[in-house]
Amino acid sequence: MIKAKVHVFLKPSVLDPQGQTVTNSLHSLGYAKVVDTRISKYIELMFDSVDEQEVSAAVHSICDKLLANPNTEKYRFELEQVPST
Amino acid sequence: MRVSVITFPGSNCDHDAQEVFAQRGHSVKPVWHKDTDLGNPALVILPGGFSYGDYLRCGSIAKFSPIMAAVVRHAQAGGLLLGICNGFQILTEVGLLPGTLLMNRTLRFICQHQFIRVEKNDTPFTHGIALGTALDIPIAHKEGNYYIDAEGLKALQDEDGIVFRYCDRAGHVTPEANPNGSLDNIAGICNRQYNILGMMPHPERAASEAVVSQDGLQIIQALERYFGL
Repeated sequence: MIKAKVHVFLKPSVLDPQGQTVTNSLHSLGYAKVVDTRISKYIELMFDSVDEQEVSAAVHSICDKLLANPNTEKYRFELEQVPST
Repeated sequence: MRVSVITFPGSNCDHDAQEVFAQRGHSVKPVWHKDTDLGNPALVILPGGFSYGDYLRCGSIAKFSPIMAAVVRHAQAGGLLLGICNGFQILTEVGLLPGTLLMNRTLRFICQHQFIRVEKNDTPFTHGIALGTALDIPIAHKEGNYYIDAEGLKALQDEDGIVFRYCDRAGHVTPEANPNGSLDNIAGICNRQYNILGMMPHPERAASEAVVSQDGLQIIQALERYFGL
């Protein structure tokens, strides 16, 4: 089995109001050195395959079609071989 | 006018949209998202709501519903397509309209009366409404903050793609009148052929004597004028 660990995050040019709110909150907690916060999504996909090339192609396709919105988001992922349960 | 209103799992403004068109004597066909036949309508409506629970991103799952292939064919053949609220979000996810609806600047769900200014009156949806008219049409959304990159925004502005802008009661487009942080106060846009309109405000919630505003009727009347009805 292969686990794909996918991160979907806003492009740097896109405002992140959630991140801004968290930064403000951290400031009020005393973490004055935090200057920016960006919130992203983390998605795990399990594949019944051991072929990393095949899985990598599938993850790219999945991200382009569904998991990420190309207008506002980018993605990256890593693959991890995991034993079948 | 034959109107088909699509119901996705989680749509909740489908019946309102059906009702306001039916009340004016139009032939309304409810269409389930698993259907593949629209029934040859003049107008297709993607209604408001929370299709697929807004999971992942608003509208992102609805674009794979079986009926969407027919909706895209209808629009590409020049048929009229109106996306309201979640319907607008779906239209951007499908790629029929540019840009994205991000979370509101305030992070809050906003449900309130809202004035929008008519910026274009040569679309089928605004045909004959005086330019600059401020319509009182409610909004109800958490993800209505219209975003597009600088190049896309310029294209929308240059090609007259902006149909409605958030404004105050007097029709002034100001930062204070912008409820959600949308770029350029954008409340509704259309494609280059002007047959597809996406808008966050809900005209179907302002089209009955039972509610405070009837300004949403103006959009239905514009469509009637466009079809010579």
